[in-house]
Amino acid sequence: MSQSACIEGSCMKEACVEENSEKRQEKPGFKLFGEVSFRSFRKHESSLALFNWISILLFTFFLFMAFFPSSLAPYAPEERFIPYEAPSGRHLLGTNDIGNDILSELVFGARISITVGFAAALISTLIGTVLGLCAGYFRGVLDELLMGFTDVVLVIPKIPLIIVLGAFLRPSIWILILVLGLLSWESTARVTRSKALQLREAGYVKSAQCMGFSPYHIMTSDIFPNIIHVLLPKFMLAIASAMISEASLSFLGLGDISLKSWGIMLSFAFFRGGFIRDMWWWYMPPGICITFCVLSIALVGFGLEAKEKEYSEEGANIS
Amino acid sequence: MKSHASSTLLEVRDLEVSFQGIETVTVLSGISFSIRESETLALVGETGCGKSVVAHTIMHLLPPESRVKGAVEFKGKNLLGLNEKEMTKIRGKEIAIIFQDPSLALNPVYSIGHQLAEPLRVHQKEKKKAALSRAAIALKCMSFENFSECINYYPSWCSGGMNQRFLIAASTMLNPALLIADEPSKGLDKKCVAELETELKKLKVERKTSLLLISHDLGFVQRLANRIAVMYAGEIIELADSSSVFEKPLHPYTRGLLNSLPEKGFIPIPGFSPPLNSPPLGCRFHPRCPLREKYCIQVHPELKEIDGRAVRCFLYP
Repeated sequence: MSQSACIEGSCMKEACVEENSEKRQEKPGFKLFGEVSFRSFRKHESSLALFNWISILLFTFFLFMAFFPSSLAPYAPEERFIPYEAPSGRHLLGTNDIGNDILSELVFGARISITVGFAAALISTLIGTVLGLCAGYFRGVLDELLMGFTDVVLVIPKIPLIIVLGAFLRPSIWILILVLGLLSWESTARVTRSKALQLREAGYVKSAQCMGFSPYHIMTSDIFPNIIHVLLPKFMLAIASAMISEASLSFLGLGDISLKSWGIMLSFAFFRGGFIRDMWWWYMPPGICITFCVLSIALVGFGLEAKEKEYSEEGANIS
Repeated sequence: MKSHASSTLLEVRDLEVSFQGIETVTVLSGISFSIRESETLALVGETGCGKSVVAHTIMHLLPPESRVKGAVEFKGKNLLGLNEKEMTKIRGKEIAIIFQDPSLALNPVYSIGHQLAEPLRVHQKEKKKAALSRAAIALKCMSFENFSECINYYPSWCSGGMNQRFLIAASTMLNPALLIADEPSKGLDKKCVAELETELKKLKVERKTSLLLISHDLGFVQRLANRIAVMYAGEIIELADSSSVFEKPLHPYTRGLLNSLPEKGFIPIPGFSPPLNSPPLGCRFHPRCPLREKYCIQVHPELKEIDGRAVRCFLYP
């Protein structure tokens, strides 16, 4: 027994030596690369910062649109004028088939699209965080069960299922939010679990256990505050993906017609002759709005993620 | 153990801990000791001899792969039989522990005051303001002069020694009957260790807290402990009063340990401590023992009591 252990030990030592030598070989090359590309890296970094600012500006603009639509829209969305009118001074983006001003519709649609995105992302992040925290903190059977369940949800094809559900249930915005939220929490759960697994071994969690705090208390006040910085970018990306899903579902006619989101505007433009008559002012603006809104939210999310990486690298350097 | 005048607080009997993996490793075997009220017992020994495992066993902090036999009795209750929920009530309130690395044992996202007040708010349901003011008093007791400022500090702003004292303040907030200090002097410089020592002494005198001190800093142990248990390869090999261990060590290992101190000549013990997955037959110290006989190699010695102290060696029949 001792001999085999000894042999194993020596093998491991060798492996370590090999690894070390590899590292040593890598290091100078890495350094050189760092020196040469430092300037371009700086440039890259500054352009990234610029992107971040643009995305934050865009995002705040859309948020403003969602919160105060009446200050931006020239008319009420239900007001009727002459249908199928081309863009003019009176109607900047023309009118649709029943004579609604498209610009006003667009501005009022922002609130619905963004609400769906936020609410669905909130639900999915909440579920993912709770399940991930429990699985990562308690480990054992609960972890196996929860992660098995997560895997099952992960392999369900989302859009077809949502189409089926949307077709069976009465199309309504709340159903849409629920369905989108309940089917997109797996990646959050996985990330949270891995973080919780890492943090449960941290010294302060151990000492919190030794102070006699309950698992609930430790999870909410010791582990959760330390993973917010991971959850925030996840949340932003979830908003973006929920908005895209909402748009595609609405385009397929599974949205709530009484609450006109951008996706429903697109669907109307498609089914009521906007494409055939080549009325670009009808179908382009909602598409562009969806694209830019999702892009800005995703960029904010990526920016936050990059910040998080920076922090973790700094932390690695210190410890 | 002999019966003593003051009552026993913690009694550990025949503790055996093993970790199950590809092969089962028995980390502790036949550990027995007791701590009386307001007494300090020190566990000393080399790295890897299982000192910290004793502390973790008492606190139920071992990983799920571990198997524990024997008994740990605290105030007459067997701790090993308790479930997690009952243990939560004992932790912090009755037994507190200080870990090795003080900077890692504090949550980086909260201020010191918040963390000191947390045990009060959770266990005694105190209001935030009242708890914070008690935290300030606790910091004052830990000889922080600017305690009202310290309350708003974050762990990353403070030195290791400061964090260690914050941690002691947090652990003793609820007046536990027993404080386990797992290598509290590790990674601290001389001045911090001296400060730590005065704080622990104060704790002993003022609050009558019992202390289980785990350390390999022999000088530190000598100044604090009433009794010392010397551990080697998962066993207690000598258990005696602090003064008698330092003045007249019985076991060859204890002698070697004392001789390796800088002030006693810096003489190292030859060889290495054995791996715990394959401890040597007979006396576990025999491969390194200068006084070994033939039967030391074959027969495992038992812990024997001679006039108030216990030793695990054939030299003392």
